[in-house]
Amino acid sequence: MKMVVAIIRPERFEAVEDALAEKGYIGMTVTEVKGRGEQKGIKLQYRGTTIDVDLLQKIKLEIVVDDKDVDKVIEIICKNARTGKYGDGRIFVIPVEKSVRVRTGELITSDS
Amino acid sequence: MNSGDVAWILTSTALVMLMIPGVGLFYAGMVRKKNVVSMISLSIVSAILAGVIWVLYGYSLAFSGDVGGFIGDLSKILLANVSLDGSDAIPEMLFMMFQMMFAGVTLAIITSAIAERIRFSAFVLFGVLWLTLVYIPFAHWLWGNGWLAGIGALDFAGGIVVHVSSGFGALALAFAVGKRYGYGEHPIEPHSIPLTLIGGSLLWFGWFGFNGGSALLADRIAVNAITVTFIASCFAGLTWMILSWMNGKPGSLGIITGVIAGLASITPAAGFVDIPGAIVIGILAGVICFMALEFRIKKGIDESLDAWAVHGVGGAMGSIAVGIFANPAISGYAGLLHGGFDLLLTQLLAVAVTAVYAFMVTFAIAKAVDYVVPLRVELEEEYVGLDISQHGEVGYA
Repeated sequence: MKMVVAIIRPERFEAVEDALAEKGYIGMTVTEVKGRGEQKGIKLQYRGTTIDVDLLQKIKLEIVVDDKDVDKVIEIICKNARTGKYGDGRIFVIPVEKSVRVRTGELITSDS
Repeated sequence: MNSGDVAWILTSTALVMLMIPGVGLFYAGMVRKKNVVSMISLSIVSAILAGVIWVLYGYSLAFSGDVGGFIGDLSKILLANVSLDGSDAIPEMLFMMFQMMFAGVTLAIITSAIAERIRFSAFVLFGVLWLTLVYIPFAHWLWGNGWLAGIGALDFAGGIVVHVSSGFGALALAFAVGKRYGYGEHPIEPHSIPLTLIGGSLLWFGWFGFNGGSALLADRIAVNAITVTFIASCFAGLTWMILSWMNGKPGSLGIITGVIAGLASITPAAGFVDIPGAIVIGILAGVICFMALEFRIKKGIDESLDAWAVHGVGGAMGSIAVGIFANPAISGYAGLLHGGFDLLLTQLLAVAVTAVYAFMVTFAIAKAVDYVVPLRVELEEEYVGLDISQHGEVGYA
C-alpha cells in the first residue's frame, strides 16, 4: 500500500474529489494547509513597495491505495488539478507500513 | 420643533447608520475568507465617502434649490445655511444627517458587483463619481423637488433612489468589471453563513429606521411604515423559504435574502400601502426576486452578491406596486385598486427612467475609472485575495 499525498489549489479540489470518486477512490483525508513551492509564493508589486505573500492557501489530500493504483490516482489528480500556472502543487508517494480499521480492529492488507 | 419627532429621527438616523456595516457583514460572509476584510471595508469606506461628499456638496446639490428639475444648487455647500433650529418639526441638520446615511448605505449595496476583484483605489474613485452623478441626482429628482417629484412620482424611503439605483448600477458595474477568475468553472462558495446572517439581521433591524424614519415625524405614517415593513419582509422570507425548500433545502442564506428582498420591495411603498398591500408585496418580492436571482445565475452574470436581483428588481417591483396598492386612507394617494390610474403610469415611468439612467451612467463611470485606474486587481492579487493584496491584512489567522 502507498499513501498518495497531494498538495493542490483549493479551487481545484472539488474537480479532483469528483474525478477520484468516479473511479472508485472514495476514502481520503483533506486538510487546509499553507505552503510554498520553488517560486516562494507570490510577490505583489506596488508603486515603490513589494508585498511578499510567502505562504499560499492549499488543500492537502491524503489517499491510501494499493501499489497498482498509485499511477492511476496520480494521473487523475494531475489531470483535474492542473491549470498550467505556477502553484498547481505537488504529489508525494509514501510507503504505508500498516493499515487498521478502528471500528473492527481489522488489519487491512489490501484496499480492494 | 417637537422633541418626540426629533428623538425618533435621531434614533432612525442611528438605525440606518447600522445598516452600512450590516451590508458589509452580509456580503462578507458570502465571499471567500481571503476577501472578508475587503468586503467589510468597502462598506465602511462607502460611509466615509458619502459623509465627506454630503458635507462638501452632496446635500446641497440634492436638497437645496433646483436647476431644471435635474439637480440642486450650491447654496448649502459645506452645510452653510443648514439650520439646527428651524420652524419644521425637525431641524434641517437632522434631516441632512438622516439623508447622509441613505447615501452611505446605497453605495455599500453596489459593492455586491465587484466582490473579490476590485482594486481599492479604483473603488474610491468610482464611489465619488457614482454618488455625484447617480445618487445625488436621484435624491434630488424624487426628494429634492426635482422633475420626478414634479410629475407626481412617489418613493417613500428609497425604492428608486436607493434600491433601483444601486441594483441596476450594480448590474452595469458587474458587466464593466467582468467575472471573477474561475466563475462558473469551479465553486466560489460563501465562507461564513453566520456572518451573513448577522449582517442581514442588522439590516433587518436597521430598516425600521430606514422606513420608519422616512415619515420624518413620529406620527401615524411612521407607525404604518414600520408595521408594513416587518410584515412584508416576513412574507417575503417565508415565500423564499418555501421556494428554496421545493428546490432542495430551506437554506438560511436564501431565507435572509428573501427577507431583504421583502424589505427592498416595501421600502418605496411603506408610507402609502395598507397591511393587505404589504402582504401581497412581500409574497411578490419572494417570488420575483427569487426568479431574478435564478435568471442571473442561468445567464452566467457575476453580479456576485445579488444587489440587482434583490435590491434592483425588488425596489422596482415595490415602486410599481405603489401605483397598484397605494391606499388613500394611509397618505391620500390612490393606486389602481383604489381607483387611481395615473399613479401607476407615473411609477412605471419613474422606474424605467431611473433603471436606464442608473445602468447607463454607472457603466460609463466604471469605464472612465477603468481608463484612469484599472478596476480589477491583477490575476495573482485576485488569487491571493484582496485582504492581503489591497489591505495587507488577513481576516483569519
